[in-house]
Amino acid sequence: MSTLAIKDLHVSIETEQGSKEILKGVTLTIKSGEIHAIMGPNGSGKSTLASTIAGHPRYKVTSGTITLDDEDVLEMSVDERARAGLFLAMQYPVEVPGVTMTNFLRTAKTAIDGEAPKLRTWAKDVRGAMEKLKIDADFANRNVNEGFSGGEKKRVEILQMELFKPKFAVLDETDSGLDIDALRVVSDGVNRAHSENDMGTLLITHYTRILNYITPQFVHVFVDGRVAEQGGPELADELEANGYDRFLAPAQA
Amino acid sequence: MTNSASADQAEQVAGVEVGEARITIPGMSEEGENLATAHEETEHSHGGLGESTVKAKSGGSRADRTTSLNVADFAVPTGREEEWRFSPLKKLGRVLSDAATQTPVTLKVRNTATGVTHGELALAQAPRGTVFLAADRAAVVGYTQTQTADHIKVAANTELSEPVFLDITGEAAGHRANGHIVLEAGNHSKAVFVMEHRGSADANLNVEVIVRDGADVTVVSLQRWDDDAVHVGQQDAEVGRDAKYKHVSITLGGEVVRLNSNVRYSAEGGEAAMYGLYFADAGQHLEHRSFVDHNSPRNSSNVLYKGALQGQDARTVWVGDVLIRKAAEGTDSYEKNQNLILTDGARADSIPNLEIETGLIEGAGHASSTGRFDENHLFYLMARGIPEKEARQLVVRGFLNEIVQAIGVESIEDTVQQDLENELKIAGF
Ligand SMILES: Nc1ncnc2c1ncn2[C@@H]1O[C@H](COP(=O)(O)OP(=O)(O)OP(=O)(O)O)[C@@H](O)[C@H]1O
Ligand SMILES: [Mg+2]
Repeated sequence: MSTLAIKDLHVSIETEQGSKEILKGVTLTIKSGEIHAIMGPNGSGKSTLASTIAGHPRYKVTSGTITLDDEDVLEMSVDERARAGLFLAMQYPVEVPGVTMTNFLRTAKTAIDGEAPKLRTWAKDVRGAMEKLKIDADFANRNVNEGFSGGEKKRVEILQMELFKPKFAVLDETDSGLDIDALRVVSDGVNRAHSENDMGTLLITHYTRILNYITPQFVHVFVDGRVAEQGGPELADELEANGYDRFLAPAQA
Repeated sequence: MTNSASADQAEQVAGVEVGEARITIPGMSEEGENLATAHEETEHSHGGLGESTVKAKSGGSRADRTTSLNVADFAVPTGREEEWRFSPLKKLGRVLSDAATQTPVTLKVRNTATGVTHGELALAQAPRGTVFLAADRAAVVGYTQTQTADHIKVAANTELSEPVFLDITGEAAGHRANGHIVLEAGNHSKAVFVMEHRGSADANLNVEVIVRDGADVTVVSLQRWDDDAVHVGQQDAEVGRDAKYKHVSITLGGEVVRLNSNVRYSAEGGEAAMYGLYFADAGQHLEHRSFVDHNSPRNSSNVLYKGALQGQDARTVWVGDVLIRKAAEGTDSYEKNQNLILTDGARADSIPNLEIETGLIEGAGHASSTGRFDENHLFYLMARGIPEKEARQLVVRGFLNEIVQAIGVESIEDTVQQDLENELKIAGF
C-alpha cells in the first residue's frame, strides 16, 4: 500500500511578464488502488499539476510538498520519479524523432526495473499489450509518437503504463480525442493496471463519458489552481448537468 | 530566402525549426502538382507567367560562378568571397597554393570482381575532366597538380554485389598531397564506392563520378582523418538518363575539412540524393557545400545534411545551393540541413540557397534548423525513467541515425555507429 500525498502545493511559471502563480494551494491524497477524477475548466491548472508531479522543469514549486510514502518527490529528478513508480500519461505526448518505439520501450523498462527485461518474455509482453490496446504491430518500428494520430498517441501512453507497471498514474485527458472503441480499449487498460497492480490513478478529464467505464471513488473539482470541492461519483454527474458556474460565480462576483 | 542560423541564435530557438520554407507557387501544392500555368508569388521574383525566382541574398547567382580547369581563373582567396567567407583560410593556405605533392596519399582499391578495372588517366585524358569542373581555387590547383589520376571503372551492365572500397591514407601530416579519382559506372551498371580517408596530410583530393544512363551508383566518402589532417575536395557527379546517384559524406575526423559535393544531369529522369553527417569536436572546422545544378528537365534531387557539434570552437558550415535553370521543367528538389548543438562554445552556420528560374516545376523546397536539445524530448524520455545522459544519447543517435541508415553498407554503418558512440563519450554523454 502506497500513498501519494500533495500538500498545499503552490506552483509558478516564468513568463515574459514575470512569474505567474498557477497552482494556489493544492491538497490531494491518493492511495494505492484508488481512482480519483479531476474535473475543471480550461486553464484551471490541471495539466500544471500533472506536469509538476512528473517534474517538468518549467514548473517551479514555490511552496508545499509532494511525497510518495516517506520519500520527497520534489527532491527527485524526472527520471527518478518515474523509477519510483510515478507515471504521467501526457495530454500532448511528444514526438521523439529517430528513436524507435521498440528501442524506447526496452530502454525505459530497463531503467525502471534496474535490469534489462528478459528478451523473449518482453517481446511477448509488448506484443500482447499492443494487441489488447488494438495498436498495430508495425508501430513498434516507428519512431516514438512520430506521425501518430491524436488517438494513437493516447493508446501508446496507456501501452507504456501497462508495460511499466507504475504505482501511481496521472492520466491527463487521456480520453480526449478517442473514438468510442478506443475509449473502451483504453479504459480496459486502466482497469487492468488497477486490478492487477493495485495502481492508484489520478484521472484528469472533461467528460463523464469515460467515468462510465472507469469508476472513480473520488471526484475533485479543480478551479483556479486549487481543489474547490470534493465528492463521490455523483459530483461528476452534477457537473455534467450544471457546469462550473456554481464554482466560478463567487470568484467573479 | 537565405536562412542562416548560428549558435547564438540557436540559444533563443532551442530546438525549434527556423527557416522552414517551401516555395509556394499558386496552383502548386506541397506534394507538387504539375503547373499548367503559374506566376510567381515568392519574395524575390522577376518576370511574368511561368516564372518564379528566388535568389540568394548575397554572392549572386550560382549560375554566374566561375568554373574552369585553368588556375589563372581563380585568385588566391582573401576570405571576403562568398565561397570562402566561412573558411579558416590561414589553415587552408597550405592546400590552396599552386604546389606539387610532397608525400602522396596511398590508395588501395579493394574489390577485384570482374567488371571492375583500375587504371590511370593523364591530365587531359578523357573521361577525366569530362564531368569535373573546378569551382574554386582549391579544386583547380588540386586538379592541375595531379598528373596521374586514378580511374576506377565498372563495366556496363555489371551489378556489383560488394562495394568497391577505396582506402585513402595520408602518410605525412603537414605534407601536401594532391589527388584525383575518376569513378565511372557504365550504362545500367550498379555499384557502391566507399572512399575512406585516414591518416594525415594536407590533402587536396578531387573526385569525379560519371553515372552513365540507367546506372545506379552510391558514393560514400568517409572522413576519418587524424586530428591534424587538412582536407579540401570537390566531388562532382553527372547523372545520366534514368540513372540514380547517391552521395553520402560522413565527416568525423580532421582539423579542417571542406568538401564540395556537386551534382548535375546529362539528360532526364535522373535521381540524385546527397546525404551528409558531420560531428565536430573542439577546434574542428567541418564545412560541407552541396550544389545541385538542375540543368535539364525532369530530374529530382534530395539533399539532407545533419550535424552535431560539441566543445569549444567546434565549427560547422553547410551551404546548400540548388539552381533550377530555365530549362529544368518538371524538376523536383528538396534540401534540408539540421544541426544539433550539444555544448556551449560551438557554432553552426547553415545556409540554403535556392534559385528557381522556371515555375514549371514539381516542387522545390528547403529547410534549415540549428538548435540545442529539445527540452521536451528529454522530458518525455526521462519521464519514462530514462536517466538524462542516456536520454541525450538516444536523442542524438536518433537524430543522426537517418544519415547512417542512408549509407546502405552494413559494415560501414556499424563502424560509423561506433564512432558516433565514441564521439558522444567525449562530451560525457
Ligand atoms: N508555459 C506556459 N506559459 C504561459 N502560460 C502557461 C504555461 N503553462 C501553463 N500556462 C497557463 O497556466 C494556466 C493553467 O494551464 P494548464 O495547462 O495547467 O490548464 P488545464 O487545466 O490543464 O487546462 P485544459 O483543460 O485546457 O487542459 C493556463 O492559464 C495556461 O495558459
Ligand atoms: Mg490540460
